Amino acid sequence: MSSPSDRRYIKDHDWVQVEDDGAATFGITDYAQDSLGDVVFVELPEPGSQVSQSESFGEIESVKAVSELVAPLSGTVTERNEAVLDAPELVNDSPYADGWLLKVELADPAELDNLMSAEEYDSFLASGS
Amino acid sequence: MDSNRVLKDTPLRQVHEALGGRMVPFAGWNMPVQYSSILDEARAVRSGAGMFDVSHMGRLEIRGPDAASLLNRVLSANVSKLRIGRARYCLICNERGGIIDDAIVYRLGDQRYMLVPNASNAEAVTAWLYRWRESTDHADIHALTEETAMIALQGPAAQMFLSGLTSCDLPSLRLFRVVEADAAGAPAIIARTGYTGEDGFELILPADAAASVWEALARAGAEPCGLGSRDVLRLEAGLPLHGNDIDTGTNPFEAGLDRFVDIDREEYAAREALIRIRDSGPARRLVGLEMVGRGIARQGHAILSGGETVGIVTSGSYSPTLDRAIAMGYVREGCSDPGTSLYVDIRGRRVEAEVALLPFYAERQVPILAPIG
Repeated sequence: MSSPSDRRYIKDHDWVQVEDDGAATFGITDYAQDSLGDVVFVELPEPGSQVSQSESFGEIESVKAVSELVAPLSGTVTERNEAVLDAPELVNDSPYADGWLLKVELADPAELDNLMSAEEYDSFLASGS
Repeated sequence: MDSNRVLKDTPLRQVHEALGGRMVPFAGWNMPVQYSSILDEARAVRSGAGMFDVSHMGRLEIRGPDAASLLNRVLSANVSKLRIGRARYCLICNERGGIIDDAIVYRLGDQRYMLVPNASNAEAVTAWLYRWRESTDHADIHALTEETAMIALQGPAAQMFLSGLTSCDLPSLRLFRVVEADAAGAPAIIARTGYTGEDGFELILPADAAASVWEALARAGAEPCGLGSRDVLRLEAGLPLHGNDIDTGTNPFEAGLDRFVDIDREEYAAREALIRIRDSGPARRLVGLEMVGRGIARQGHAILSGGETVGIVTSGSYSPTLDRAIAMGYVREGCSDPGTSLYVDIRGRRVEAEVALLPFYAERQVPILAPIG
């Protein structure tokens, strides 16, 4: 299955979708949710917090494992997905839509150059990530 | 465990792979951790019935005129009191009272027993049996692990699903009873035992019959379940896992398992050590914890009271049946009463927890593990 082409990816299996006005949405990929298995706990930063590219912005925990959430881009959190905090299984059911994690106002759009396209991410997965 | 050692396959390996089971190394075996979803599999066992390949567990047949006296030196249970066709949960303790393993012993005949230890401890238990077997003993120890398979069928629908596949009168096979009967045309040992807190059966089968019995159970409605859901279910049922909650560094008294120890037997190898431990009283206790704050306590996390460390988490997970995070761990005497408010250090976050009565989940109002007596 190929990843959605309307967003960009990092090797830590997080995605970011950037709107024209510089608002970005973060989430984890289908591969990430499938590897984790049933997600039972998500810890996300409060609105107003700063996140930095390639650094941890929270935790995601399945029945079996805990993973760091890694920010694809730097910026200020404007909203977190409260529905996911209450019903973490949304991340499994809908990693690219209802299971989004954070909305962030970007600090530096040039950081986008460091990210992978859907095609690049799919080849990265195929190469045995 | 030597991770370079070649992993062993159970007779059901190909069945697991055909079902899309996610295979992981576990205690030297290649085992399915899940097929679809750990939580869905756990719910299937609570609401219908699930089946687990537990062929990795040890199966040791001990037979001969001195089988009972050998087992009585090694096991916490008095097997002479165990009637034919009965099973019992027991501990194997070393000379210091530490727990080498926990196991179920089945009495199959007058001079014939089956001992089922954990996969990771089967070698240690075998060695301990040989250590206590005297040269004059007429007691043979046969490892049947490789030539047999073992399937656990667990859940409220287990009896219904199995009844069409066996001539055995299942309603009369009560909890902790065992019988030799047929299952889907194969000769089987059928026991009403398990490790999930649900009603159910464990079937020991010839290795070459495992796949056909598995498939017959699947057709009857049993859901294939992996080790991931088994771990969640046993934690909900408050059943300890050796290697997590009990080990050679813990003893039956602090683990709350002393009711499975018949200490009044001269021949019992761990007797003196266990009497000493009993008389000095445990300094800590294994308790259940329900998380009050958000987060999941995991093995190794510190348990705090005020600013002080008072214990350590030995198992933890999210419980789908209770829809909250639960854990087990050792806490210092004085912090173990149900309702006591404590904290768990979850990767630097102090999360509130409360000591809970075990088991977290009970299917019926009788002890999950039949007590000694």
